Amino acid sequence: MTDRPKSLADNPRLDRWLRFAEGRVHVSVGKVEIGQGIATALAQVAAEELDVALDRLAWRAGDTQLAPDEGSTSSSLSIEVGGASLRLVCAETRALFLAEAARLLNAAAEELAVEDGAILHAGAPTGHDYWSLAPRVSLTRDATGTVAPKPRAKHRLVGTSTPRRDLPEKLAGRGFVHDMVLPGMLHARVLRQPRPGATLAAVNEAARARHGARLVRSGDFAAILAPTEATLRAAERAAAPRWDNADTPTPAMAEAAWLATQPADIRTRGSESAPSPGRTHEATYSRPYIAHASLGPSCAVALEQAGLLEVWTHVQGVYPFRLNAAQTLQRDPETIVVRHAHGPGCYGHNGADDAALDAAIVATLVPGTPVRVLWSRADEFAFAPAGTAMQTTLRAVLDSNGLPADLTATITSGIHVNRAPGRLLASRTLPNAQPLPPPAESSDPYPGAGTRNIVPCYDIPAWRYEHRLVAGTPIRTSALRGLGAVVNVFALECFLDELADLAGQDPVAYRLRMLSDPRARHLVERAAALSNWSARGPSGTGTGLGLGFARYKNRSGYACVVAQVEADTEIRLRHIWCTADAGLAINPDGVRAQLEGGIIQAASMALKEQLRIDETGTATRSWADYPILRFSEIPPIDIELADTADEPPLGMGECTMGPTAAAIANAAAHALGLRLRDMPLTRDRIVAVAS
Amino acid sequence: MTTLTVNGLQRESTSPPTTPLLDVLRNEFALTGSRFGCGEEQCGACLVLIDGTPAQSCGREIGTLQGRAVTTIEGLQEHPIIAALIAEQAGQCGYCLSGMAVAAVALLARNARPTRAEIAAALDAQLCRCGAHPRILRAVERAAREAAR
Repeated sequence: MTDRPKSLADNPRLDRWLRFAEGRVHVSVGKVEIGQGIATALAQVAAEELDVALDRLAWRAGDTQLAPDEGSTSSSLSIEVGGASLRLVCAETRALFLAEAARLLNAAAEELAVEDGAILHAGAPTGHDYWSLAPRVSLTRDATGTVAPKPRAKHRLVGTSTPRRDLPEKLAGRGFVHDMVLPGMLHARVLRQPRPGATLAAVNEAARARHGARLVRSGDFAAILAPTEATLRAAERAAAPRWDNADTPTPAMAEAAWLATQPADIRTRGSESAPSPGRTHEATYSRPYIAHASLGPSCAVALEQAGLLEVWTHVQGVYPFRLNAAQTLQRDPETIVVRHAHGPGCYGHNGADDAALDAAIVATLVPGTPVRVLWSRADEFAFAPAGTAMQTTLRAVLDSNGLPADLTATITSGIHVNRAPGRLLASRTLPNAQPLPPPAESSDPYPGAGTRNIVPCYDIPAWRYEHRLVAGTPIRTSALRGLGAVVNVFALECFLDELADLAGQDPVAYRLRMLSDPRARHLVERAAALSNWSARGPSGTGTGLGLGFARYKNRSGYACVVAQVEADTEIRLRHIWCTADAGLAINPDGVRAQLEGGIIQAASMALKEQLRIDETGTATRSWADYPILRFSEIPPIDIELADTADEPPLGMGECTMGPTAAAIANAAAHALGLRLRDMPLTRDRIVAVAS
Repeated sequence: MTTLTVNGLQRESTSPPTTPLLDVLRNEFALTGSRFGCGEEQCGACLVLIDGTPAQSCGREIGTLQGRAVTTIEGLQEHPIIAALIAEQAGQCGYCLSGMAVAAVALLARNARPTRAEIAAALDAQLCRCGAHPRILRAVERAAREAAR
């Protein structure tokens, strides 16, 4: 048996993935659509290997009853692992059907072909197809993973920019879990515990008097239910809960610098040898707490009935959520069914899981009544987990050519992987809540979390790092697109520009001297050519060009970004170029969309975003408190994909985040003649560094 | 009771007069295309046309709309902007797109051939978190071209 990709190894039974009925191929997968276009790309893979038309596919993704357990849709693995698994499943299934057809026809399987599900013999119809043969071909067997998928030369769907299959329904005004209505459904909202450990002292019973509103309570968990959303909002205001024992954070806690003063669990990796003597340079870079800031607040629908709890949710992983909910609710996971439904883009672990748990808990308190939970915008900002603040310090010892011979990093970070049972928002308000174990997270370099991409993609003879994991963040933190790679790549790529400056060398030429991976070199060279880098000119003119490069997780998608900015007391984006290497792009336009989206989101974070804290907790409560990049601020973006379609497909959703932030900071440094090392690169930061 | 026209049809709302139009559209009329994004008129996901003028439906009370004509994304399915958004693959999660389409329709009604800067200005109050902006801009340009044919 070959080394099967994880999704297939975990779900080897073919009938877990595929079923043929009524002229359709029913495909079930665990990787879910979160706005990244994965449902379309995976459909291309399935239709390709099965030789059926795309519209033959009936798609089900993320369902604990009906779909395989592929964990979470995260870490840019849905193509690399999910797609690779589905590809093998479909290739093997096709081969099983062809073998059965060959037996019936007394033909050699090699003489048979499939055309939109029909079996052809020497190009002529045989009267057999997947559906007629389905009763004879058992898929209640494990995949061997040994049937070779189609060679690239035979691809007709993979590698094409197939339009997104989910957009028409969304543009017709339907398709989100927010739109679900069940008969007799009530709208519900949890009265949010303002700070961890706060206790619910009192709720104004007048909330119940509002036109059919109900109040349910279990320990410090309290929720209001109402027949309409307007009534719910009124009852929520009337409830005016009083909480005791809330701690009182301070505004300074919103800064990465505060995090670095806190006790940490410290681990080290890398070369143990002491840094060699030589000229050194050291600098510290940071990012504050960043909101996922999904455009729609988190939502879920749940129904407890006849011993079964059903939850419809936009979480990234229905199985991990089910396990979490089962432990929190102290019941058998088999009594819970979790079904994925479309939500707004999440960009990582946002409030979706928390809203789903809210709905699940409320549903268990009102059996027989469907419950819909939709968070308020204020709760989405204040209570959804955030991308953690981070601080990364780099120290290089330079060789006689001015290149880093030895690199030491110190990373201080809150936790990025934070979905362990008991860690969802409502868990700790329940009467039976268990004490939380301290957060734990891998300190390994690959794929890493807080340590992600701290090992440079460059040829640096010796490196080591210290990972300082801080448990006591003032804001609950979670995975946000790119995890630690955003800050680590920002730091490394800004640091390289500083080192190039010290060596009196051009940043691109400097990088190329220590970049041996030919795919990486190609991207840097092409990005420089596209952006007319050779005409870059001196620094401090008010216009700047800056570059950032990384291979995400050191093993996934490659991206090089060049930013052109104008800067005086603020930074304005003028143009962005991106070169990227996806290997075989299943859907090239989908790859481009992911690259564009990542660039714009990272630019927004780099220039504008920071969650604020006051004595009540997260003070950021609305879009007015949390500006993001708008149409008028977004420059032309030119993207070039490397022609590497003979290489395996690489996940591309997160690879632009760090390079974009670095490119903008490097461009700003070039424009201003000043180095800004702390995101966001705001007017206040420029003024502070300038003085 | 409020009587108004929604997408060309006369409708009667029995919701209390202070109920936001967005709630009435979604929950009473089952028109879910107008999205709840913030409820504070800050994101544009719930944008509709009221007598042809763009308005955030989360901030308009139904009681103020007696006799008015409301157009939602469901009533704009034949407008070239829908096909243009699909042709440009101008959405990632798609949550903002109804509001984007409505804002574009309002723009094109008063300016048939807007420049890219004019489109960006007209859409500047509409938030998108996925970063579909360049494609949305191209889609509005495409819709303008299609409408002129």
